[in-house]
Amino acid sequence: MDDERIGPTKNVRETERLHSHFVTREQQEDAATLGMWVFLATEVLFFGAIFMGYTYVRWSYPGVVEEASRHLEIVLGSINTGVLLTSSFIMAAGVLLAEQGRHRAAALALAVTALMGVVFLVIKGTEYSMVIGEGYLPGFTAQLEPVSRPGGGYYGALSEGGGPVPGHEELFFWLYFVMTGLHALHVAIGVILLAGLAWLLRKPQGISLNTVRNTGLYWHFVDLVWVFLFPLLYLAGHRL
Amino acid sequence: MHPSSPTLRTFAKVWGALMVLLLLTILASQFDLGRLSLAVALAIAVTKAALIVMFFMHVRYGSREVLVFAGAAYLWLAILLVGVLYDYASRNWLPGR
Repeated sequence: MDDERIGPTKNVRETERLHSHFVTREQQEDAATLGMWVFLATEVLFFGAIFMGYTYVRWSYPGVVEEASRHLEIVLGSINTGVLLTSSFIMAAGVLLAEQGRHRAAALALAVTALMGVVFLVIKGTEYSMVIGEGYLPGFTAQLEPVSRPGGGYYGALSEGGGPVPGHEELFFWLYFVMTGLHALHVAIGVILLAGLAWLLRKPQGISLNTVRNTGLYWHFVDLVWVFLFPLLYLAGHRL
Repeated sequence: MHPSSPTLRTFAKVWGALMVLLLLTILASQFDLGRLSLAVALAIAVTKAALIVMFFMHVRYGSREVLVFAGAAYLWLAILLVGVLYDYASRNWLPGR
């Protein structure tokens, strides 16, 4: 580790404080990474319960999910996916720059990542107001007008007696608001963390490298959740 | 340091792949593939997730413990999904209901 010193500026790794209960910095680094992964595992299960709810609804009322999905803003959803995936790339670059000791460049990357998080939230908010404006807020749901379904019918979902199953589209919009709302909350927390870290990274010894790494892991996890939310919510029903 | 370290070049390639997969999943979702459409959407999502986990989240460059911990989370999620679907999938199997 010690022969990594390049030039007059110490890099962030070298200025990392070694806590007394660790023998080496590498050990401290591994422990921090592993600890973050334990937290992310609990997050997977936290979101997992809601994904279970989605699975149940889609299993029980596939036609309802497909039909209701067509009423979401697919263009805004797609743009948001692009924004989040790109922000994840910039975040990964930021961690790389921090590891190389280029703290100013890293600070810039983190600030841009936070900014893209804000863009995501603004687009999400716009989408919410559109969906609510169309009357799909659970609890206040207007009945859905069937869209482009050959053969007509009510969302293509049939009850056991062969009749329609009315009202179940509300289940989809519950899932939509809870899943994306919880995800948006995670994005908002990430934006705050990233903005704070970008501010501290202005100075070479402003922040521990492990903190930057773990915030990176958190941001990628938020991206990961969206990677599944997007196709399940927005792309469930074909439109051609 | 672990033997192979990530580079900006690699990350840029991963980002490119993610964008291609995004376009692919949008395109695929617009056609009526029947039951296959969910399978296609999930296959693409899992591929994207794997790219993010392995490269952006450094699992490829990290220790084995991290791989096990990351894998355990999804294993438990799978137990949850499979366990609950056992119930719902088999509810109408018995006659006389």
